[in-house]
Amino acid sequence: MLVDLLIILGTILLVFIAVLTGMAYLTYFERKVLARMQSRIGPNRTGPLGLLQPVADGVKLLTKEGSLPAKADKAVFLIAPVMVFVPALLAWAAIPFGPGFTAFGRQIGMRIADLNVGLIYILAMGSIGVYGIVMAGWASNNKYALLGGLRSSAQVISYEATLGLSLIGVLLMAGSLNLSEIVAAQQGTYFGLIPRWFVLPQILGFAVFLVSAIAETNRPPFDLPEAESELVAGFHVEYGGFGFAMFFLAEYISMLAISALASTVFLGGWLGPSIPLLPDALEGIFWFSAKMAIFIFFYFWLRATLPRFRYDQLMSLCWKIMLPVALLNIVLTGIIKLAL
Amino acid sequence: MELHSLLFLAFAAVALIAAVLVLLSRNPVHSVLFMLLTFVNVAAMFVLLQAEFIAVIQILVYSGAILVLFLFVVMLLAGGERPLPVLNQPLQARAAVIVGLVLVSELALVVLTSTVGGGRRGPDSPERIAAVGGNIEALGRQLYTTWLLPFEIASVLLLVAAVGAIYLAKEDL
Repeated sequence: MLVDLLIILGTILLVFIAVLTGMAYLTYFERKVLARMQSRIGPNRTGPLGLLQPVADGVKLLTKEGSLPAKADKAVFLIAPVMVFVPALLAWAAIPFGPGFTAFGRQIGMRIADLNVGLIYILAMGSIGVYGIVMAGWASNNKYALLGGLRSSAQVISYEATLGLSLIGVLLMAGSLNLSEIVAAQQGTYFGLIPRWFVLPQILGFAVFLVSAIAETNRPPFDLPEAESELVAGFHVEYGGFGFAMFFLAEYISMLAISALASTVFLGGWLGPSIPLLPDALEGIFWFSAKMAIFIFFYFWLRATLPRFRYDQLMSLCWKIMLPVALLNIVLTGIIKLAL
Repeated sequence: MELHSLLFLAFAAVALIAAVLVLLSRNPVHSVLFMLLTFVNVAAMFVLLQAEFIAVIQILVYSGAILVLFLFVVMLLAGGERPLPVLNQPLQARAAVIVGLVLVSELALVVLTSTVGGGRRGPDSPERIAAVGGNIEALGRQLYTTWLLPFEIASVLLLVAAVGAIYLAKEDL
């Protein structure tokens, strides 16, 4: 009983540390990748190759003074960053990192909770995250912040619909909402060569998912809630110091989480060719991280390449293109599943 | 006291306090946020009852979609502080008391006469649900066999609402 509890606590702590470290270095890699794409060098002063840059950024943000705007709603203003940060972190509870292993006669799963409703749970956490943004925008008592918050809630609610619908095809194929079972359903190969990952049969769903995921995490080219050229910085314009840091961290954590979800659901999660000399558990983590890195790089690439969308373009893209495509994907998957 | 009951009491207490604060907050935006707290605690109680699917749907649909729209509307339309609703609107207050009493007696009637509640277990125990293959399977089977007609009627109602909303929003249809 006690050992079980310790294992659970240990897993939570490990995931926590992994996500926070991954998030910190994500900022470093983003700056490096963007720099290379724009023929610059990027951060290279703090530590070897600039590797201590995230630490320096962290110290800077922690030691800065936070300010409270006049006539701001104090309680809501202070809770808002937490309301963005916590759901982003909570989403990680359902994501499986590997197949699990047996140690000292005990089956240890490589995830925090083996949820039967894992897929909807992650979507639900994503939908809670919007509160923090709206609260921050409203509580700041600033018209730019309010506009940013309103834009964001409209955007996130709209793209949540397409995000959910794009995953129904996967659901039909796997027959389960449990993320470990969805990965298990992708085992094997077509013709002994091509892996049976859902990205191939669900290519339409994958496309809709990718676009919706970028809009859901407020990343460029859909970063309208924080469009600096028109809204100063959107919903977090009044935040400084650690309040700002929490919004910033939450964005990167949700970016990691949605990449993890995409790898799990469409790219077969921890599945991959076996690597000699490496234990199964580490092999799972290796393939899982490698697949996540592809999505993360794609995020950076988009930011370096595409200009920001206009608000009406963003909305009509969602309701007039993404939604019908997602519905078409569900109908097609259903018909094919019935025919087979 | 065992952990389960302790957790239940904690969630129930927070849900009730937050529900009271929904009514007593002077700021409508705060009311909406307290309502969110109530919803999340109700979801936690569903988890304690091993109804994970209902819990997650409660968060996704009620907290994640419906309440966000509430917040949206309240933020834009109801600006500023309002006086305590009970104190300055006697007619509405009296009506609310009557409606509240009716609701309480209705609930009491259901609790006292039903086979579920008051410590008695309903027919769908966690063990039986696990035997069918889990929450989602059990719920899906029930919806598409026993309760097919009400389910379809509900979906037609939703369709009518959707068509109505589109008609209202688009004038040049």
